[in-house]
Amino acid sequence: MARPADLELASVTKRYGDTTAVDSINLKIKAGTYCCLLGPSGCGKSSTLRMIAGHEAVSDGDIVLGHDIVNKLPPAKRGTAMMFQSYALFPHLSVRDNVAFSLKMKGVGKVDRSIKATEALKLVDMTRYAERLPAQLSGGQQQRVALARALVTDPQLLLLDEPLSALDPFLKIKVRAELKRFQRELGISFIHVTHSQEEAMALADLIVIMNNGKIEQMGTPREIFNAPSTEFVARFIGGHNVMPLEGRSISVRADRLSLSPGGGDGVAASVREVEYQGTAVYVSLATDAGIEMTAIVPERAFYQQPFETGDTVTVHWNPDDIHELSASA
Amino acid sequence: MLEMKSRWAPYWQAAPLAIVLLIFFVLPLLVTLAVSFWTYTGYSIEPAMVSDNYASAFDKCLASLPDLCTTFRTYLSTLKFCLIVWLITLVLGFTVAYFLVFEVKSNNMRLILALITTIPFWTSNVIRMISWIPLLGRNGVVNQWLLSVGLISEPLDWLLYSNFSVVLALVHLNTVFMIVPILNSMSRIDKSLVEAAYDTGASGWQTLWNVIIPLSKTGIAIGSIFVITVVMGDFISIGLMGGQQIASAGKVIESQINALQFPIAAANAVVLLAIVLMIIWTLLRFVDIRKEL
Ligand SMILES: Nc1ncnc2c1ncn2[C@@H]1O[C@H](COP(=O)(O)OP(=O)(O)OP(=O)(O)O)[C@@H](O)[C@H]1O
Ligand SMILES: [Mg+2]
Repeated sequence: MARPADLELASVTKRYGDTTAVDSINLKIKAGTYCCLLGPSGCGKSSTLRMIAGHEAVSDGDIVLGHDIVNKLPPAKRGTAMMFQSYALFPHLSVRDNVAFSLKMKGVGKVDRSIKATEALKLVDMTRYAERLPAQLSGGQQQRVALARALVTDPQLLLLDEPLSALDPFLKIKVRAELKRFQRELGISFIHVTHSQEEAMALADLIVIMNNGKIEQMGTPREIFNAPSTEFVARFIGGHNVMPLEGRSISVRADRLSLSPGGGDGVAASVREVEYQGTAVYVSLATDAGIEMTAIVPERAFYQQPFETGDTVTVHWNPDDIHELSASA
Repeated sequence: MLEMKSRWAPYWQAAPLAIVLLIFFVLPLLVTLAVSFWTYTGYSIEPAMVSDNYASAFDKCLASLPDLCTTFRTYLSTLKFCLIVWLITLVLGFTVAYFLVFEVKSNNMRLILALITTIPFWTSNVIRMISWIPLLGRNGVVNQWLLSVGLISEPLDWLLYSNFSVVLALVHLNTVFMIVPILNSMSRIDKSLVEAAYDTGASGWQTLWNVIIPLSKTGIAIGSIFVITVVMGDFISIGLMGGQQIASAGKVIESQINALQFPIAAANAVVLLAIVLMIIWTLLRFVDIRKEL
């Protein structure tokens, strides 16, 4: 077993010609952390991950794994392993040979190779399919094989670029739980790139939110959800209403808004849309000033006093629920 | 009704090509096969069912072993050219395809370069070969240049009308047949596979050997079939570039046709066909060509 190692990025920058994809980011990830890189398309998540993996040269700054600067090392020498978005399984090799590939490259003998590959396949519960070709597996099974192939090298750090994006919603949730379990059992760090804030919330010990090549905010899911530092984060993470208040920018969580029929103090708004979501009802609102808000009302509370599209309501919130935002970066 | 229609539809769709192939390929082939059993004299050909033609094609060949008879020597020489040309075109074709797919980053550039590889086909075969003469001849450009630089004191004779010039011309003619199919299967290789190999610690050569070559196998096989069939049957290039001094299976058949000895020419053609088919069959045992279609 590889000893889990801390990862540190020190003003790491990636430039492609004139475009700066990653702009001098600093990041520390303790050994054994499940870290999610989250952000909109094109913000530099993949570039960051690929620099850590050793698939992209660093334009500036240092990547430190354990005690070593690994900028110049190839992936296999870093002790990192990458799981590719499309899995990148070798189509001409059986599942077992795919998993054993790195061992073969290292010159490990046939028998040892087979034993180790079988162990890795057992870990992901895929021993039954060892002789199949990747094309004969479902998406979820291919994903496990890709995971086994990455883990067979005993990495200190596993890098995953949108590993769940090719799976259907049900499988996504199942595989997500498995990833988390593997990470816990192996005790190594996973760095997982995703578009989905839901995925990040469910998995991460540490969420890193990126925008335009910079880190906008990092913290535990709870910290980020309860205290988004900028307007961008509040909007991106969802479930927040961003609005101006006396010249400042504030946010109030959607589930902290309460609605009552017209009159009373609070903000008057009209109901734009009512969306039934099972456990709660999402009510889209627009104030007279044109500010849009969403209130998440528990199902029971909503049906005790239902509203319809076009109704005028008053929106209240507790002053304690007001969260101050700094200007967007 | 619908079931009937869909059952027969594929056959109808395949019919036009099947008919063309039947009339212009299978039929002549059968005729050749039939004629190879006919008898002939200096002035006539007569339908018959004799194996004389095959016997005289291999006249005394078995008896004179271990010395090689002319026929065996001819086939052996043809096979030798075939092997050399195949190896060179394979290495060249693979390298060019690799360069186009993995080294050239821009798609436009790749297209332009791929078109450039077809330039040898913009003129006729014969003109292409004739243009070697002023280049390689005794007083040709190459000899002149080597003399003027002082690398040689006498013109080189083996540049033209030699094994060398035959191989050169055949390679020049056939490399593109290797490039195109290999390019086709190579460009289907997902680039992330190369990255994945790198990620698992494979060196450049290991990636080439364990990932790229196996995944280009079908293209290599198709290209090889093109090159082998063309070279095995060639008589124009070998004739012209060999100064009519080098024997080849195709050339034997050609001179027999010129002498109006159709049955024996047919017998030789059948033998040649059988040899080529055997080579292709062996090749196909290594690859499943259907994957590419
Ligand atoms: N090889 C490249 N050459 C030039 N520019 C690139 C290259 N790769 C990425 N970029 C640019 O760098 C920026 C960041 O790209 P990156 O792939 O890291 O984004 P991302 O956050 O992973 O996006 P997505 O969520 O869409 O995958 C983008 O503007 C992109 O156009
Ligand atoms: Mg990406």
